[in-house]
Amino acid sequence: MSTARDRTEGAVPIVLVPTGLGASLRRIGALLERYMFLLRSSGIRLVELLYWPFLQMLTWGFLQTYLAQTNSPVAQAAGVLIGSVLLWDILFRSKIGFSTTFIEEMWARNLGNLLISPLRPFELVVALALWSVIRLSVSMIPVAFAAYLIFGFNLLDLGLSLAAFFAVLVLTSWSLGLISAGVILRYGLGAEELAWSLAFLLLPICCVYYPVSVLPDWLQPIALALPPTHVFEGMRAILLEHRFDANDLWWALGLNVVYLVIGYVVFGRFLASARVNGTLLQLGE
Amino acid sequence: MNEKVSKFAAGSGAAPTGAAQSRVPAEVRDLTKTYGAVTAVDRISFTLVEGTTVALLGGNGAGKTTTIAMLLGLVVPSSGEVRVFGEDVSRHRGRVAHRMNFQSPYVDLPARLTVKQNLTVYAGLYGIANAAERIAYIAQDLQIAPLLDRATGKLSAGQKTRVGLAKALLNAPDLLLLDEPTASLDPDTADWIRHKLKNYAETRGATLLIASHNMAEVERLADRVILLDQGRIIEDETPAALIATYGRETLEEVFLDVVRGRARGESDRAERERKAS
Repeated sequence: MSTARDRTEGAVPIVLVPTGLGASLRRIGALLERYMFLLRSSGIRLVELLYWPFLQMLTWGFLQTYLAQTNSPVAQAAGVLIGSVLLWDILFRSKIGFSTTFIEEMWARNLGNLLISPLRPFELVVALALWSVIRLSVSMIPVAFAAYLIFGFNLLDLGLSLAAFFAVLVLTSWSLGLISAGVILRYGLGAEELAWSLAFLLLPICCVYYPVSVLPDWLQPIALALPPTHVFEGMRAILLEHRFDANDLWWALGLNVVYLVIGYVVFGRFLASARVNGTLLQLGE
Repeated sequence: MNEKVSKFAAGSGAAPTGAAQSRVPAEVRDLTKTYGAVTAVDRISFTLVEGTTVALLGGNGAGKTTTIAMLLGLVVPSSGEVRVFGEDVSRHRGRVAHRMNFQSPYVDLPARLTVKQNLTVYAGLYGIANAAERIAYIAQDLQIAPLLDRATGKLSAGQKTRVGLAKALLNAPDLLLLDEPTASLDPDTADWIRHKLKNYAETRGATLLIASHNMAEVERLADRVILLDQGRIIEDETPAALIATYGRETLEEVFLDVVRGRARGESDRAERERKAS
C-alpha cells in the first residue's frame, strides 16, 4: 500500500503508510541495516568481537586442563569451567551488544535524528535486541568451535538444553540492556559506565563458577530469583550428574518475562523523563 | 514588551483528531517549558500557515531550539499544546512524523557510514519505497553525488550541511524544521543552501520553520518573523512590517533593538542619542 503525494518536484518519494506491522518491520530492518553497515565499516570491530571471548576461553580452558590433572573429581568433570565461561559470555556479550549499539547512536550524535523519525521506541528496542543476537553469533560461534578444537569441549554436548540456556541468558541480557539504555537516556553519557558494569553485578550472585549451595543462606533466594543462576546450575547438573531439570528452566524463562517487562517499563519511563527534562537535546554533546 | 498572539492564526477551533489530518502544519497554544526555576518558553502561541516560511529569531537562550524540539516531540511541554497537522505531537507523534523532517548542524549523521548508507537507512526509516531513485535525485539536486561513497565523518562542514539537508528532504516533508541551517558555512555555501531551501518551499508548497541568528537569511527566506526574547514572543510580523515598525533599514537593526531592550518607537531616539554622544 503506498501513496504518492501530489507535488511538482522531480523523483517524487513514494512514502509508504507509516502504521502497521509491515511499517514496523521495515523500520526495524532499516536499523539492522545501519548496524550492519557500521560493523562492515571497520575490521577492527569484527576482530574485537572475537578477541575477548577467545582470550577468556583460552585462559579458563588451560585452567581446566591443569585441574583435570589433579585428583578432584569435580575438576575432572568434562568442561565445567569452559562451559561456565562460554555461557557467561553469552550473557555478557549479548548485554554489551545491546548497550554498545545504543551508545553508538549517542556517540554519533544521531539519536536526535532517530527519535524525530517515524521510528517507535519499541522498534528501536527490537532492533537492538535482534542485533545483539547477531553480534553474539558472530562472536560466540567461532569461539565455541575453537574450544572444541583446542580443548575438545563440545558445547553441543549440552544437547537441546543449550538452546534453552541460550534463550534464558539472552533474555536476561535484554532486560539489563534496557535498564542501562534507559539510565543513559536520562542521565547522558556520564552514566555510560553502567552499561559496561551492570552485568558484572550478577557475576558473583548468579553462581557462574560454583553451586548455589556455596552462597550464604540469606543470599540463596536472591540468587534463585535470577534467571542465569538456573542456567549455570542446570549446566553443572548435566555435566556432573547427567541430569536435566526442565522445570527449573521453565521457572527461569518465567522470571525472564517479569524482568523483561520491568526492563521495558524502566526504559519507557526514563525516555519519558528525558523528554520532560530536555536531555534528548544534549545527548552526545 | 507584551506577549503577542499570532495574527496569522488560522482559526481557534479544536484541531481534528480523526483519520483526516488537518492542513494546518503547526498550531502552538500557550506553550510553556520550564526546567526547574528556569522558564525556557513562556506561554507562546502561533500558527504556521501552509506553504509559508517562518523564521524564529532571538538571541541565545531565547527559546528557539526548545520550541522546535517541542514541535518535533523531542521535548514535552510543561503546559500548553503543540499540534502538527492537527495531531498532538506529545501523544501521537508517530501519526505525523513521516510528514516532517529536521536539519541542524548540531545533530549529526553517523560518521562511519558513507553518505549513501546513511541516506539508505533514513529512507528505510521514513518508509520511502523508491529509495534508490529518490536518493539519486536528491544527490544530484544538492550536488552530493560525488560524495555518496565517502564516509560522512570525513566531509567538510559545507558538505555535511548538504548531506544533512539531503536527509531532511528525503521524504519531501510538508513541514521542514531547520535549526540554524547555515551556521558555520562560508557565505557562498550559505547562499547556495538558502537558494535550495527557497526553491524547495516554492516547488513543494512546503512549510518551513527556521531558527536562525542570520538576518540576511531571514530577510531572504522568511515570509514572517517570530521574535523571541526570554522565551516570549515579542513580535510576529512580516520582515518588511517589522523594519517599518521599528523605523530601521535592516532586520539586523531591529534584532539589536529587541535584544537590547528597546521597544518600538524608542529606536529613533536611541539612535539620535548615540549620534549626539
